[in-house]
Amino acid sequence: MISIYTRRRMVNAINLTFSILAMLFGLFWLSWIVLTLFEMGAHALTLDLFLQMTPAPGEQGGLLNAIAGSLIMVVLAVLVGTPIGIMAGTYLAEFGQGGWLAAVTRFINDILLSAPSIVIGLFIYSVYVASVGHFSGWAGVLALALIVIPVVVRTTEDMLRLIPNSLREAAAALGAPQWKIVTLVTWRVSRAGILTGILLAIARISGETAPLLFTALNNQFWNTDMNRPMANLPVVIFQFAMSPYEHWQELAWAGALLITLSVLGLNVLARFILRR
Amino acid sequence: MTQQSTTAKITLQDLDFFYAQFHALKSISMRIPENKVTAFIGPSGCGKSTLLRTLNRMYQLYPGQEATGAIMMDGVNILDSGQDLNVLRAKVGMVFQKPTPFPMSIFDNVAFGVKLYEDLGRHALSERVEWALKKAALWEEVKDKLEQSGTSLSGGQQQRLCIARTIAVKPEVVLLDEPTSALDPISTARIEDLIFTLKEDYTIVIVTHNMQQAARVSDFTAYMYLGELIEYGDTDTLFTTPRQRATEDYITGKFG
Repeated sequence: MISIYTRRRMVNAINLTFSILAMLFGLFWLSWIVLTLFEMGAHALTLDLFLQMTPAPGEQGGLLNAIAGSLIMVVLAVLVGTPIGIMAGTYLAEFGQGGWLAAVTRFINDILLSAPSIVIGLFIYSVYVASVGHFSGWAGVLALALIVIPVVVRTTEDMLRLIPNSLREAAAALGAPQWKIVTLVTWRVSRAGILTGILLAIARISGETAPLLFTALNNQFWNTDMNRPMANLPVVIFQFAMSPYEHWQELAWAGALLITLSVLGLNVLARFILRR
Repeated sequence: MTQQSTTAKITLQDLDFFYAQFHALKSISMRIPENKVTAFIGPSGCGKSTLLRTLNRMYQLYPGQEATGAIMMDGVNILDSGQDLNVLRAKVGMVFQKPTPFPMSIFDNVAFGVKLYEDLGRHALSERVEWALKKAALWEEVKDKLEQSGTSLSGGQQQRLCIARTIAVKPEVVLLDEPTSALDPISTARIEDLIFTLKEDYTIVIVTHNMQQAARVSDFTAYMYLGELIEYGDTDTLFTTPRQRATEDYITGKFG
């Protein structure tokens, strides 16, 4: 007969083994991906990559216009999406309190959160690109902002809900109106969490290809006019990787490595901020 | 000392309280005297905290909670819908069971409530903060580290910081909701001493599950059970010769 204690130890050992195997399985593919990226992209990771424009077939070049385009669109999308996301998340956590509006907003936000990004690209295409008649940087910003918003709404709400009500009561007991409780106390407490949500949203949109394919499209040349098609890393990678030219394919690998490293960096930064 | 010899700061008339369907306070009527310490005692769930939370309408933060009847303070019924909640709460301060310092410096914690209602200059504000910290018997311990976070203090210090924060806005009434139940005996003793000196300037209402504490710090004691006010009178009388059998059973430990 096995004692209860021995059986508990066996169950623990079995579960631990499976957990470790699952972790190794995930880690195996992840490291394979990163290693492949380094193997194929590392030698194209030169200074020229950051100084030269995307080349025509057969010429030398870099990814400067794509990097700049991606940075501009990501920054603007975050500037547009973050305030809306924080406001909506704050409403859900602090003001909605079981009302129907909050319930409906939360439900729709969850749908938006899991919507395939290509659907968002098509949506902006039909309501914006089709009506103005051309692809543009602004259309790309709108599509990316639509992806940022639900992520920020969700993390903001979750983080604010972690705050014990006793802190809100303490501020209310001093005669603070609700908007002051939110801006002076609860936002301050959950600052790190909300910031982490924003970083994760940036990481999410940095690699999105589908929503840009229908909106910003691409541009072979240097362009900072937001009303014209704009180069960006994901679409350049898509285009160059599919091409028959070897040096284009190399640039695609380098771009992919670049995005992966920045997303990895953002995630590490987010973890660091949360832990602090 | 008799109840009649004091002026009432707060008068409750037929106060009923509901958590949605649950009838938590049943027709409470009592007078809370000015510049005295009044204690609410009773077993868990008797409604003593609920009663305290009607006095600054803290329950109003939560939908579905409702009070009916009258709570007269300085001639007005604070339950009237026309009453400005925030002004009421600036006048009726509250300290909670668990210390709740805000995530900001010790100075800013104390200045938080003051800045909401008074436009003091930097110098006057510093003076007010120092005054409140001295009143709360915390000044000597924190005067050299006012810029440190309020959360870096010990539990007992945090609770005195919360008391300083409450009296910094110069309220007239201070509500204490089991203020020492999360503290060690030494911190508890300091806070009890503090309550004793504070009653010179404030009307104090304290909820406690510790009968010895009620006997030590309060002038008047109310014994509550199942949402009803069973007995209310001056503390010495209530603890030595209670009129009700139920009160006697509770304070002698036969029940509760």
